[in-house]
Amino acid sequence: MNEGNSMTDLTTMMVSEAMVSKQTSVCGLAPPNMSRREFIKGVIASGAVASAGVFMLAGCSDNSSSGNVAVPATGNFERMITLNINGRDRVVDVLPNETLAMTLRYKLGLTGTKLGCDRGECGACTININDVQQYSCSTLTHTARGRAITTVEGLQGVNGELHTIQQAFIDELGPQCGFCTPGQIMSTVSLLKSNPDPTREEARMALSGNLCRCGAYDHYLNSVMRAAGEV
Amino acid sequence: MAYTLLGKDFTPPDIRAKVTGEAKYAEDFRVDGMVFARLLTSPMPHARVRSIDASEALAMHGVIGILTADDVPAKASPQQTILTNEPVFVGDPILAVAAESETIAQDAIDKIKIDFELLPFCVDPLESLYPGGPNARTEGNSVTLNFGQPIPPEVNEKKWTARDFAAVEEGHLPTGEPTVQWEYGDLDTGFEDAALVLEESFVVASNSHHSMEPRSALSYWENGKCHVFGSLQSQSFAMNTLSGLIGIPPEDIVFVAEFCGGGFGSKGNPYPSMVIPAHFSKKINRPVMLRISRAEEYYLGHARSGFQGRTKIGFREDGKVTSIDLYLVQENGSATGFPDINGFSEGASLVYTPEAMRLRGIFVSTNTPPRLAQRGPGQNQMAVTFEPLMDRAAKELSIDRLAIRQINAPTGDALVGAGREPVTSAHPREALAKGAEQFNWVERVKNDGQRNGSKVRSVAVATAFHPAGFNGFDGLVVITPDGKLNVHTGVGNLGTYSYASTSRVAAEVLKYDWENCVIHRGDSRKHLPFNIGQFGSNTSFTMTRTNFVAATDAMDKIKEIAAMDMGGDPEDYDIGEEKVFSISDPTQSMTYAEVAQRAIELGGKYSGIEGPEDINPITKGGLAGIAGTGLVGVAKDKLEKHGLVPAFCAGFIDIELDTETGKYEILDYLGVVDCGTVLHPQSLATQIKGGAVMGFGMAATEKLVYDPQSGLPANVGLYQAKPPSYLDVPSTMGWAAVDEPDPQNPVGAKGVGEPVMGGGAASLICAISNALDGHYFMRNPITPDMIVNAAAGRPQSYKPLQVNNQ
Repeated sequence: MNEGNSMTDLTTMMVSEAMVSKQTSVCGLAPPNMSRREFIKGVIASGAVASAGVFMLAGCSDNSSSGNVAVPATGNFERMITLNINGRDRVVDVLPNETLAMTLRYKLGLTGTKLGCDRGECGACTININDVQQYSCSTLTHTARGRAITTVEGLQGVNGELHTIQQAFIDELGPQCGFCTPGQIMSTVSLLKSNPDPTREEARMALSGNLCRCGAYDHYLNSVMRAAGEV
Repeated sequence: MAYTLLGKDFTPPDIRAKVTGEAKYAEDFRVDGMVFARLLTSPMPHARVRSIDASEALAMHGVIGILTADDVPAKASPQQTILTNEPVFVGDPILAVAAESETIAQDAIDKIKIDFELLPFCVDPLESLYPGGPNARTEGNSVTLNFGQPIPPEVNEKKWTARDFAAVEEGHLPTGEPTVQWEYGDLDTGFEDAALVLEESFVVASNSHHSMEPRSALSYWENGKCHVFGSLQSQSFAMNTLSGLIGIPPEDIVFVAEFCGGGFGSKGNPYPSMVIPAHFSKKINRPVMLRISRAEEYYLGHARSGFQGRTKIGFREDGKVTSIDLYLVQENGSATGFPDINGFSEGASLVYTPEAMRLRGIFVSTNTPPRLAQRGPGQNQMAVTFEPLMDRAAKELSIDRLAIRQINAPTGDALVGAGREPVTSAHPREALAKGAEQFNWVERVKNDGQRNGSKVRSVAVATAFHPAGFNGFDGLVVITPDGKLNVHTGVGNLGTYSYASTSRVAAEVLKYDWENCVIHRGDSRKHLPFNIGQFGSNTSFTMTRTNFVAATDAMDKIKEIAAMDMGGDPEDYDIGEEKVFSISDPTQSMTYAEVAQRAIELGGKYSGIEGPEDINPITKGGLAGIAGTGLVGVAKDKLEKHGLVPAFCAGFIDIELDTETGKYEILDYLGVVDCGTVLHPQSLATQIKGGAVMGFGMAATEKLVYDPQSGLPANVGLYQAKPPSYLDVPSTMGWAAVDEPDPQNPVGAKGVGEPVMGGGAASLICAISNALDGHYFMRNPITPDMIVNAAAGRPQSYKPLQVNNQ
């Protein structure tokens, strides 16, 4: 989103068919670190477009628009978009208010990305966009166009060999219940891209957006440090 | 005893799927034609539904159906309902709507008009006990759980008298008529003989489980069978409960629970929301996915019981506890609840070995989430309450804080609770001693109280306990003609990897290379034996026994076949290198693969065509599935066990607390456990550390908060309910184990998943109190504002015994 746009501007832009092409290109160029405020603005704005989809889930919807939810929005928003996921271009039908976590899990079958809170609190849905860790539950799919999305499924080699980080998480018995593990691993992937030789304290900060109720933090950090030594 | 596999690290077979994202949790399954359900939950803490108008919702395009309380089996009060027309807590599910998409389902929910009649409600147990106070349920306010008995729980009205409330000293708990009580020894003599008597009232907060995986579920019906994909700590143990909740026999249920994204007691047994998709799917003839949101998880995902309590403890001059008098008011939530009172009181009777003790208690219902076990249910509330009192007694009697724990700690001849039940083994003293050495207690205590500006250094020690093992379940293994050992395990998969470490016992008995073993689990179609679930710290004790007896049965049959084919008696044969051989002439041998083939030819008991009579019907079903595929070992665990299996943790902590901000940093933590033989060191390490992390949350951040005026919850997000993050805990922690085998387990193992939390929680509370020169809050969690007020000598913002609303 353009920093200078007010919410009203965005809403106007979203509902105006004449502006559709401009809006989608704006989405495609959104900066990698979108603020929470911008995300909310995007959801509010996009909710003004009545639409439906097979796997759109609650929490993403604007209930006020539900009078004719089954009538697909036509012509006013580009839905068939191309996403670059794990090095491959995937064409996918995406609603304007759809989060990347939902697109990955329910449109593309990539269920390694977990939903623990759907509110940007727990980090189970962490993926990388252009090598930067992001909460996919709080990222509108349209904003990820034209950027490289990496999920936990994209880490293994062509013959299924484990990524060094995945192997390190096994060797240090990082996971307990395992539900937060893909998110922890994706935060580690991002960390080691930008800082291949982190201190334990730097690793702790980098992963602090990933909650683990099993409390496996110590073993996760052991995993990160082992991976850092081997990457 | 030297083992080949036990006590060694290994790569558990399910961990690869956890790091690749292939591990399927309930919400990761997909079925053709799957539709989504959403819940309409109560906006009020206690209400009656007078009417439901869903006409507008049902007319919406894409809406498939509605499921109400009339469509599901009713539950007698106080049991938690599946759907209800009398919700008893905010978030209690009233109905569900299914639609082609979840958005449509939610939009339809918003179109439903419900006429509610608000009923009296209560979020403070003492208010409910007051004469004329509100009842959380129309039938009453106090539950008789009948836990573990074949009679259903009951709810009745219990009120204390105005005199009970008037007679009590300011700030103390009134002690009206209890509903549970027991006593042993001579209480009064113990107090008369005591050099020091402490009497305190206290509060332990309720808190949520916060499992990272919300309890989503998927169901469909196919060929008369109901398929359930759920998030649960149990597998085979779930079948009978599921049968009751769905209303069909266990053999008509397919239950898949390959992975459980955290349960901590809240997913021990199937819970009502898990079967909403099953009932809905039957009604609309479509597969139904019900995703539970994080907020809903806080509503219906259960919570730990809190307490308002009072205790009087007598100490001899040397610190030995003489008598304990304990009164517990358990906040039992809105449904059946869990007997935390038992865990609390029995825990105190074992950990401090008082010569005399009396318990009086009452379960009081509130219009808050249904309570269920949470890691150390009762025992860990006891630890955070009593361990600071041990510190206070040590201070007043001028005894070392480690020494007062040593003198009170139980040994193998200790007795538990009113029944004076024996224990199988107890080594908390050894855990304390080992920890003191490893932590360098004597030297570290010298740093105690050291000041650096507004920061104070403080070290502390605490002990915690939980029972750690059951018996009487079944084991099932089969050696197939490819030579593989197939261990069928019906236990759940909570993330402790103990489903795997206990399966290794079968390999150990049969002298198998672990590479040649396969574990079958996670799906009721995989021919699983009847096993209890992964809760109550029991798996390591219980499942080593089942796998031991099954493997022993297999070994007996292997030797019988050898004698049949090669002559002599079974006793003339031994096993090794996956062969059975003649002891006198080892060249006379058969491979396990050959034996398995012979077992198939022989049939009968050898291939599992026949099995023991005393195994559970679920095991018989599993046996029938594998019969004829190889040499089968199957048996019920009838090994010796008398008494309670206890596990202990001694937690040692070193903190630096800032008295101006109330913040502190945990500089170091060491957990030392008595868990019998160590089965899997690496996993034990993560349990000890992870348990401590959860304990730090219990000690310092987590509690339920309700608006007393409206009964509305304030903690329905992770950021509000505050489970610890990376930045709240030390980045490295230490661990150790006593490693003394339990004599009533064939490999000496006991569980330990719960005391490790109590050790963390109680040690942190003791350390904070110690940093404030012995300010014992008698309440958890200890939040920064409490610390700042205590340090500055200011009054606290809460009233004594106030719960849930500050």
